[in-house]
Amino acid sequence: MPKLPKLPAPPMPPAMTPPPPRPGEDTGPKGPVEGAKHAGITVVDWVDERTSLSGGARWLMFRKVPKGTNWFYTLGSATMFAFLSQAVTGVFLAMYYRPDPSGGAYESIRYVTNDVFLGQFVRGMHKWGSSVMVILIFLHMGRTFFFGAYKYPRELNWVIGVVLLILTMTMSFTGYLLPFDQRAYWATIVGVNINGTGPLLGPYLSDFLRGGSEFGATTLSRFYAIHMLLVPGLIAALIGAHLYLVAKLGTTAPPWVKAETRSELRETEV
Amino acid sequence: MPVADKHDKHKSKYTIDRNIPGAFEGETVTRRRAMVVGGQAAGGIAAAAFLLPALGFAIGPIFKSTPHRWETVGPESMFTDTNYVPVVLTLSPGIGEAGKATAYVRRFNPEIDTDPYDQGTPYIAISNRCAHLGCPVRWVDAAERFICPCHGGVYDLLGRRVGGPPVRPLDRFYTRVVAGDVQLGPRFSVNSQLRRFSPRDPGEPLDGIGQYLYPSRPGAQKLSRSEELKLQQSS
Repeated sequence: MPKLPKLPAPPMPPAMTPPPPRPGEDTGPKGPVEGAKHAGITVVDWVDERTSLSGGARWLMFRKVPKGTNWFYTLGSATMFAFLSQAVTGVFLAMYYRPDPSGGAYESIRYVTNDVFLGQFVRGMHKWGSSVMVILIFLHMGRTFFFGAYKYPRELNWVIGVVLLILTMTMSFTGYLLPFDQRAYWATIVGVNINGTGPLLGPYLSDFLRGGSEFGATTLSRFYAIHMLLVPGLIAALIGAHLYLVAKLGTTAPPWVKAETRSELRETEV
Repeated sequence: MPVADKHDKHKSKYTIDRNIPGAFEGETVTRRRAMVVGGQAAGGIAAAAFLLPALGFAIGPIFKSTPHRWETVGPESMFTDTNYVPVVLTLSPGIGEAGKATAYVRRFNPEIDTDPYDQGTPYIAISNRCAHLGCPVRWVDAAERFICPCHGGVYDLLGRRVGGPPVRPLDRFYTRVVAGDVQLGPRFSVNSQLRRFSPRDPGEPLDGIGQYLYPSRPGAQKLSRSEELKLQQSS
C-alpha cells in the first residue's frame, strides 16, 4: 500500500497557545507533567552518577542483532518470564502452605484453592505455569539446536542451559509432592524409587531425598526446602550467567541467512 | 643485573636473590604471598565452618541406623495357613496415613513354604510394596496372585515374580508370636531363591551382581544372624 501524505496539523487557536517566554523569565519546569519528568530524570541521574548502572543496562539491552532475527528468538525470554511468574506466585503460595505430612499440607492447599480470595487463580498459575515453563524450555532448546546456536563460542551457554533444564526438572519433581494428595504421594514414591535404581549411589540418593530409609516425618519439609529455597536460588544465579553470556557473545543469525561478503573482498573471475 | 624471569625454572628460592624489595636474608616466601595464602586459608576455614556442618546435617539421615520396631497386628486366631489377611502397620510414626503400610499375613504352611530360608518362621508376612517402583500391590483371591495397579507387576502366593517389570520378589517382614499375639518386625528383602537380605528399595535386583550394585544402607538393616536364631528359638 502506498504511503499517504500526512496532512499538516491545524494551527492552535491563539487563546490556547502559551505566550512565548519573555527574555530573562524563568524557563524552569512548567506544569506538573514537566515537573514529574524532571524529578524522574534527577533521581535516575543521582543513582547513575553513583553506580554507573546505565552503562551496564545499555550494554545488556541495546545490542546489535543479526539480520533475520525472528520470533523464535523470544523463546528464551519467554522461559525466563515463566520462571519469574513461578517465583512470584510461589512466594505468595508459601504464605499459606504448611509442609505438615499428617494432614496439614493437604488442608492448607485445600484452603488456598477453595477459600482464599483469588487463591485458586494464583495456585492455578503456579500449577499450569510449571508445565508452560518446561514446554518453553524444550522449544528454546530446539531453537538453539536447529539454528546451530550451540556451536563455538556458545558451548558453555548450552551447558548452562542443560543444567537449568535439569534444575527445572528437579523443581517439577519436588513441587509435585507438595499438595500431598494420593497422586502426589504415590508419584513421589515412584520417582524416588526410580532415583534408587541408579547403581551404587542410587540407594543413598533415595535416602537423601527421603531423609531416611522410609518416607518419613521430614520428607515433605525436605522437598519443600529444596523446592522453594535451594533450587530457585541456583536457577536464578544460572539464568544470570546464561544472560551474561548471551549479551557478551551476541546471538546467531538463522541458518538460512547467508553471510554477505564485502564487494571488494569478492574474488573476481579473470 | 639481568631481570629475573618469572617463569625461569632455575631461579633462586630466596627472595633476596630475586630482587624483591625489602627481602630478608634467607626468606623464601614474600610477605605479600604469605598474606594472600593466609587470607585465602582463613576464608576457606570460615566457609568450611558453616558448609560442612550444614552438609552433614542434610546427609546425616543416610548414615543413621534406625532401631527395629515390633508391632502387634492381631491375635493368632485372626490368621489361617491357607489365605492372606491384610494388616496395617506403621513404618514412620507421627505422620498419619503417609507413614503406614500394608502387609499380607498368613500362618506358616509346611506344604507351601518349602524353601529352606522360611523354616522356623511362625508367620509369613508379605509387604504390599511392589518390587518394581513401590506402588501398593493387592492380593487377588480368585487369581491367587499379588497384582500391582501401576505397571502390571504380578507375584505368586509366595511373593515371587511371575510377570511384569518387578526385579525381585515382594519384601517380607519378620514375624514373632508374643502372648498369643502376632507381631511384625523389621522389613527384609529376598532374592528369587527367597534368600534374605537387608531391605532394598524397589527397583533394585538382588540376584547375581544386583546385591553388590545396590548396597544395603545403615538406615535399613535386617536382623543379624544371632537375632534371627533367637527369634526362631522363641517361637
